[in-house]
Amino acid sequence: MHISEFDAHTQDKQAKPPLDPHLKALENEAIHIFREVAAEFERPVMLYSIGKDSSVLLHLARKAFYPGRIPFPLLHVDTGWKFPEMIAFRDEMAKRFDLDLVVHTNPRGAKENISPFTHGSALHTDIMKTEALRQALDAGQYDAAFGGARRDEEASRAKERIYSFRTPDHKWDPRNQRPELWNVYNGMIRRGESVRAFPLSNWTEVDIWRYIQAENIPLPPLYYAAKRKFVERDGMLMWAEDKRFEALPGEQVQEDYIRFRTLGCWPLTGAIRSHATTLDDVIAELEIATVSERQGRAIDRDQAGSMEKKKREGYF
Amino acid sequence: MTATATAAVIAPAAEAAPALRDTRPLRLITCGSVDDGKSTLIGRLLWDTKAVKEDQAAALNRDSGKQNDLGLPDFALLLDGLQAEREQGITIDVAYRYFATDKRSFIVADTPGHEQYTRNMATGASTADLAVLLVDARAGILEQTRRHATIATLMGIKQFVLAINKIDLINYDKARFDELALEFKEIALSLGVKQVTAIPVSALKGENVVYDGKASMPWYEGPTLVEVLELATVRSAQTVGFRLPVQRVSRPGESFRGYQGTVAGGAVKPGDSVVILPSGMVANVKQIVTFDLVRNAAVAGDAITLVLDRQVDVARGDMIATIDAQPQVGLAFDAQLVALQPGGIEPGKRYWLKSGSRRQRVTVQPSSLLDLKSGKWNRHDGALPMNAIGKVHLSFDEAAIFDAYELNRTTGAFILIDPDTNNTVAGGMIAGKRGDVGGLNNEAERVILSLPADLADKILASGILSERRDEVDIRRTNPGRAAELLGELDS
Ligand SMILES: Nc1nc2c(ncn2[C@@H]2O[C@H](COP(=O)(O)OP(=O)(O)OP(=O)(O)O)[C@@H](O)[C@H]2O)c(=O)[nH]1
Ligand SMILES: [Mg+2]
Repeated sequence: MHISEFDAHTQDKQAKPPLDPHLKALENEAIHIFREVAAEFERPVMLYSIGKDSSVLLHLARKAFYPGRIPFPLLHVDTGWKFPEMIAFRDEMAKRFDLDLVVHTNPRGAKENISPFTHGSALHTDIMKTEALRQALDAGQYDAAFGGARRDEEASRAKERIYSFRTPDHKWDPRNQRPELWNVYNGMIRRGESVRAFPLSNWTEVDIWRYIQAENIPLPPLYYAAKRKFVERDGMLMWAEDKRFEALPGEQVQEDYIRFRTLGCWPLTGAIRSHATTLDDVIAELEIATVSERQGRAIDRDQAGSMEKKKREGYF
Repeated sequence: MTATATAAVIAPAAEAAPALRDTRPLRLITCGSVDDGKSTLIGRLLWDTKAVKEDQAAALNRDSGKQNDLGLPDFALLLDGLQAEREQGITIDVAYRYFATDKRSFIVADTPGHEQYTRNMATGASTADLAVLLVDARAGILEQTRRHATIATLMGIKQFVLAINKIDLINYDKARFDELALEFKEIALSLGVKQVTAIPVSALKGENVVYDGKASMPWYEGPTLVEVLELATVRSAQTVGFRLPVQRVSRPGESFRGYQGTVAGGAVKPGDSVVILPSGMVANVKQIVTFDLVRNAAVAGDAITLVLDRQVDVARGDMIATIDAQPQVGLAFDAQLVALQPGGIEPGKRYWLKSGSRRQRVTVQPSSLLDLKSGKWNRHDGALPMNAIGKVHLSFDEAAIFDAYELNRTTGAFILIDPDTNNTVAGGMIAGKRGDVGGLNNEAERVILSLPADLADKILASGILSERRDEVDIRRTNPGRAAELLGELDS
């Protein structure tokens, strides 16, 4: 086991002071949502995308059902373009926490060799993420799917309910969401319909990091600065260590200290220059950051409302 | 960045001074009529508290186009994130935003003013501690303003800010400000709201939002909006006793049986005696289990797993409560509700009612309807149309468990679900158990029986009793306590 590799950045394992009231309240709310969904639905599943939000989600799920096991599987939609460190981390967590892990790759996309480079980020996302997710949800006949989305990420997410209703073809109708009063959630659906549940709705990026710190939650090392190879392309720092990476004419492969604020497919996820090698460093950097975390994501930049459009079609 | 430099920037949990301030965020809503400037106000608040990052600001400037002659961006676009909202220039659904000042953090829900989307305003109001009610200084107080003030009050909001907005468009006229503030004071009084701060505001120009408006309004000496928000109070802990609505039963192995849920009131510790409702069985708390450690106490808001000292029948939807101050259990309750969907609420129709983790069948009989213009309740036994606020009688097939909403905002709240559409069609607040609030046979003499539990169960199962179940009060206790209570009556 590579425990040391994934835990190296969290310090002070012994001293664990009680959570501050703000984080405690967020934790309580998330646990409440986990338990409510697990009790009300027949076949829940948790989307596990290996990033920091998923890591917090996983930690909260373990807390919610303790001393029992997590009573549902975790689903990872693998596009084939994830950082290898993410996959290693995923498998390690599955082993360490005895998780029921389901991995799905869109067979059509794999056969047609869909690539963000040759087919563009929009088509790649459509086929390898959105379509793949629909396939996996249909195959598992899941009636509820947990996701780690937060309302502070993006303007259309800020509108989403904690129980977000989906039609049998996984569509979201943002104009007609069910009212959601107090913490009384309406989990009534017909066969084929489903609900996406978001236990982290009210968390901000800073909350996520402060919680990771307070709870010593292991993370993929990509979140911490290290010497890595990259190029600058369209104003984005693109990781250049994969064998499928090809430098464009005139592009210089550089090597320097960089890290990632969010994790996704490596060709679509921009890095930032940073020397933050510990959690303290990362949080300090975040508190003075002048751009939002999604700035590094190619998917959000196409146009205003592009996230809403993808979400209507079934993207998380 | 070096390790030493970071230490100065963040305050790790251990070093912070939690005793000095409540770090729980204040939850607030903006409400009021269409176009009064709610989204603009929150957008301005986010902008001036530096909650808008550079890339978001760039996107805002790009999307704003030319919407006003002041050369300012359209701050409402920071909130109105749906395509339909941007196209129509209105808010359709509630947006949740997070921001902080040096003094505290905030969760704000920006709600739509449009009457058609009142349900989304109610969604935002249900969890808020404070309401910022906006009025367009030119248009004044409208029916929709009253509706929102009323819904916010019904849902337990006690602190209001009256933001008299677009003051720039009436030349910063003090007389008009005073007139509107006075008019609202009377409405507030009739609603029983004591805490109102009126502020003259220009959301667009950012006057009296975060920065003061002294330059244009030297006559105003009160606080800015943000100053009021920083001093507002977060809802205090509920006053009734311990409540744990059971969400699920955890049985990972033969030897462990725990009841999982979120404490909805009071506190609990190992050794406490509790009652399981509606069955009335009693037990003692053996352990409070959480992932981190076995705890020696839990308080309202904590998500816990409770282990009892004996084998009792407990299922999802039951409530574990303190013996001394139990919630009301009965088949008939009175409530107030807001109808949220186009079909309204039909008398005699069977709905699903969900409260906490308990879902059960209910029939609803309206008794009166609020007239928003006069603020009066009028007798009304027909259907409640969409957006109506009504008083209703609830009748259940099986025992229901509630506290009055006034006493507990969790165990006194419920939603109604239409079984035909599965949609949430009403939000409701319990006034009390039917018999207790001027119900049947109030004058009649009462008899208190103390009998063995098995005999009581047989009588309860009989037809004669079940017909008039809602007139009967039942408490379970031990023989000693029963003798004590009867002794009290004798003396
Ligand atoms: N001059 C001036 N215009 C304002 C002010 N506040 C808002 N406006 C304008 O009023 C219009 C409506 O503002 P919004 O913020 O969208 O109103 P709203 O209350 O959120 O509307 P709904 O959510 O649809 O009910 C916009 O054109 C704003 O620019 C103000 O203080 N002064
Ligand atoms: Mg608005």
